[in-house]
Amino acid sequence: MSKAWKFEDNLNTDEIIPARYNITIIPSELAKNVFCEIKPDYAKTVQPGDVIVGGQNFGCGSSREHAPIAIKGSGAKCIIASSYARIFFRNAINIGLPILECPQAVADIKEGDDIEVNLASGEISNRTSGHTYQAQPLPDFVLKIADAGGIINFLKEHDIQDLLA
Amino acid sequence: MGTLVEEIFSRKAGKLVRAGEIMLLDVDYIMSHDNTSPLAIKAFREIGKPIMDTNKIVIHFDHAYPAPNLMAAEAQKRIVDFMKEQNITQFYHQGICHQVLIEEGYIQPGRVLIGGDSHSNTYGAFGAFGTGLGSTEIGVAWSTGKAWFRVPETILININGKAKPGVFAKDVMLYIAGIMGMDGATYKSVEFAGSYIDALPMHERIIFPNMSTEIGAKCGLIAPDEKMVQFLETETKARGSFEMIKPVDPKYEKIIEIDVTNIGPQVACHPDVDHVQALEQVQGLPIDEVFIGTCTNGRYEDLEIAAQILKGKKVSAFTRTIITPASVQIYDKAMKNGLIQIFHDAGCTIGVVGCGACIGRHGGLLGPGERAFTTMNRNFIGRMGSPQAEIYLGSPAAAAATAIAGKITDPRIYLEA
Repeated sequence: MSKAWKFEDNLNTDEIIPARYNITIIPSELAKNVFCEIKPDYAKTVQPGDVIVGGQNFGCGSSREHAPIAIKGSGAKCIIASSYARIFFRNAINIGLPILECPQAVADIKEGDDIEVNLASGEISNRTSGHTYQAQPLPDFVLKIADAGGIINFLKEHDIQDLLA
Repeated sequence: MGTLVEEIFSRKAGKLVRAGEIMLLDVDYIMSHDNTSPLAIKAFREIGKPIMDTNKIVIHFDHAYPAPNLMAAEAQKRIVDFMKEQNITQFYHQGICHQVLIEEGYIQPGRVLIGGDSHSNTYGAFGAFGTGLGSTEIGVAWSTGKAWFRVPETILININGKAKPGVFAKDVMLYIAGIMGMDGATYKSVEFAGSYIDALPMHERIIFPNMSTEIGAKCGLIAPDEKMVQFLETETKARGSFEMIKPVDPKYEKIIEIDVTNIGPQVACHPDVDHVQALEQVQGLPIDEVFIGTCTNGRYEDLEIAAQILKGKKVSAFTRTIITPASVQIYDKAMKNGLIQIFHDAGCTIGVVGCGACIGRHGGLLGPGERAFTTMNRNFIGRMGSPQAEIYLGSPAAAAATAIAGKITDPRIYLEA
């Protein structure tokens, strides 16, 4: 199963990972301290494929890329939130962390619910509540970046024009 | 056809584009500074391709220059080595990046600029698209010359009326931040228009796109007019015929009407930029540090109004007052016209040009329990040093009046004849 980890509105980048841990940019190292102050059990028990569920303005605060890298490094499959702070939104896409916007799903999902997400179609199923939601599907270019593991990896193999080809 | 951002993007793309479309755009300039260049260099090296066009790259040292510690010195050396290796010659270190880009003529209507700094929105005051991106994208743009964008929807903020004496663009923008909130314009383009904006001089107009970042906007734009052209031709190195872009039959997502007639001096209170109150509500709050400067309010006219208030007076004994011109060009003019002497006589400290105390890395740090009144654009906890310190934001006039009294003070007692 894919477990939901639920967070509040206006979650800022310091709550995702405090600045004092940003001395590295290795994903697995950052992941050791992700959410350490607000959800200390997360880093120890998160399973690959789990889903982060946030509220509005997810990832506000600084423009540092350590925050999405730490979440991706922890093995989370994607984030579902009502909305994202602008630079976090871009940074997440560019480092290859899929993010979905779906306020209805956010309202329904509780911590620990079993969630299935189809990134290509944007369908979110809450197996615990039995409800299904449709997020705006991720644009093709976002999926291309995510599949490559980030825009840097994408550009090693492709021309940037291929993003929208 | 379209809003200002749709107009700029359409001209750039050579075809009509609309809000919601995703596109790759050729950027005119890619800006980064001492804080954001190291990670961009790392991303660039990982991609492993050559620089697309070094003439697009502009690098500034302003966040902590000259280096105040070994770590900054090492980072700056790495950047200098990179510039030498790659033959990057557009390098500046005599002022805040956003101000220097304007003075040097990089900012012109219709241009598209990306910056490794969240206040790159500033360029919208000249009808240019400017936005802040993460360091990875700066590295990507160095090697491709491009960045991807989703064409944003636009919120029009229509500002009318005549402000009372002692009320500045900063007060009006803080008032707007208070109404809209920190995420009031997330992902959006914000257009500022109306008779109030039309009547403002350029140094005051700049405040609105600059602080559009504080309400989450992707960009903040003001349509070019004659006043802007005159400013570019007399105050900057920009020359030539400018693209006088205007919104054409625009469809706005939302229109917000603001009447400035009854707005008084405003203060953004600890700990959020949208925690805005009328200055009267916080009048008398003791202040340990006053800081006048930054990409928001470190321009000549900001120093001039502060000097007008401080002339012949002394700042409060226990309120250290730091004044940091945003660029050497501003510093020179302030010196020539006697402003620096007025500040010295009043007991102020003049900072090294650059971002200064704004990011807590280059002098003027706050200790635990201290409270600052500044002309900055944001007041995040811990930004100026201790997380146990408080930051209040207001106009340069309010900052000067506050410095004299050592507590938050209404500047109108000095300005109303």
